[in-house]
Amino acid sequence: MTNEVSAQAPLQRAAPTAEKVVLRGLNFYYGKVHALKDVDLSLYEGQVTAFIGPSGCGKSTLLRVLNRMYDLYPGQRAEGEVMLDGENILSPGLDLNLLRSRVGMVFQKPTPFPMTIYENIAFGVRLYEKLPKSELDARVESALRRAALWTEVKDKLNASGLSLSGGQQQRLCIARTVAISPEVILFDEPASALDPISTAKIEELIDELVNDYTIAIVTHNMQQASRTSDYTGFMYLGELIEFDTTEKVFTTPSNKQTEQYITGRFG
Amino acid sequence: MTAAANLYPRRRARNVIWTVLAYGATALGLAMLTIILATLLWNGFGGLSLDVFTKNTAPPGVVGGLLNSIVGSIIMTVIGLAIGAPLGILAGTYLAEYGANSRLAVVVRFINDILLSAPSIIVGLFIYQLLVVTVGHFSALAGGVSLAVLGAPIMVRTTEDMLNLVPNSLREAASALGMPRSLVIRNVAYRAVASGIITGILLAIARMTGETAPLIFTALGNSLFTVDPRGPMSALPLIIYEFARSPYAEQQRLAWTGALILTFAVLGLSIMARVLSASIKQK
Repeated sequence: MTNEVSAQAPLQRAAPTAEKVVLRGLNFYYGKVHALKDVDLSLYEGQVTAFIGPSGCGKSTLLRVLNRMYDLYPGQRAEGEVMLDGENILSPGLDLNLLRSRVGMVFQKPTPFPMTIYENIAFGVRLYEKLPKSELDARVESALRRAALWTEVKDKLNASGLSLSGGQQQRLCIARTVAISPEVILFDEPASALDPISTAKIEELIDELVNDYTIAIVTHNMQQASRTSDYTGFMYLGELIEFDTTEKVFTTPSNKQTEQYITGRFG
Repeated sequence: MTAAANLYPRRRARNVIWTVLAYGATALGLAMLTIILATLLWNGFGGLSLDVFTKNTAPPGVVGGLLNSIVGSIIMTVIGLAIGAPLGILAGTYLAEYGANSRLAVVVRFINDILLSAPSIIVGLFIYQLLVVTVGHFSALAGGVSLAVLGAPIMVRTTEDMLNLVPNSLREAASALGMPRSLVIRNVAYRAVASGIITGILLAIARMTGETAPLIFTALGNSLFTVDPRGPMSALPLIIYEFARSPYAEQQRLAWTGALILTFAVLGLSIMARVLSASIKQK
């Protein structure tokens, strides 16, 4: 364990204060395929919300609506309302780049840019701020510290981001996301390509980051969902079957399918 | 059991035949290349001297060199590159990043494929009509433009192919930081496949420096040293063409030497391109 991340027991966070993101009647289409059906839910500020469900149930799609990543591809469209601090992010005039600076995303596969470790982080910062070198250095350092990567890379900031191990690369991606100070961070199966030790580090990080950010995480790993999240949504065939506190969903789910899924009887 | 016993020897025999054919074809190709290079070295190496690089082409009986041709080749290739590279790279970027499967992109891709295999003499005639007939005289500029027309399609193709190798996950990751599309392309996509795009440029240079036909109608050739792109200019392929048909032994020897220089310059560029593209695959 590095001492950059303080060990902290999950599920002892303050009760939810405000709804950061509110989805109402969200429908999503890949061309003609109806991938999300009338989803209503809220992401609470300063809380981790996990989405679980079998492959193809729409949980990643849901995440990709929250920063409108689907917009990169023609033929994909969302209907309904997704309110971020009361503003509908699905409205046509929205500045997508601004939205994505507020809603960051960490992907399943680590995707460091083909540049140095330093540049991987500085690059995003420069998109929004013109900082003198010393301040930029400080920003890079603090982002790397937040991602629990600083001690491992501080002596090779000019090495290529691609030279890091998979787990380190993923933390570099988290650092990159944190560096531009988003309000919400979306994790799309952030640890599914990593070894157990790297996975544990990522989970610790999420636990730490939620003090400052609203977090949504998609995972295939039940234990990960129960360990890291405050709220859990179970999705199946594009519908949100159950949404409640993680404790409730994992101990006394109200839906039969949810129970069967989390106990490993289907999915 | 009997069926298998029957099939196996036949399969093995077929395997032997195809292996022999494959090796034979490789050996034939390599032998050709070796013979070409050996012939060039044999005939051209003896003519290599300081004069080749310091003196201009001369009439029979006077000791001459290839200076004006070498400089002409470089100048016209630079012109061709200055026009062709931006065009080729930008068009390739359009095809890979913006056009995708739109109708315009499909048409552009199709036309580019035709240009890629267009006979160079046709390109030369086209530029002759466009830039020589209208202006009234031959020029290195026209030569450079015709080389650009030949080189650009190569760069369009390699740039598109290379950008298509950039995984979408990388584009998504960059977009997820709020990076505008143009920046994603310039700072992430180009960077990820920079060596591949450079390889395309080197291949285009190799193609352009070796072309003769388009220059016959455009640059014409010039026995004097000139760097003025508005007038006729010599080039290595042109002088090889001219001197190889000359009845004078010293001009023939210079043609061999010019061919040697040209071939090894192009070979060097191709090897550089290979090394670069090997380094991109390792990443």
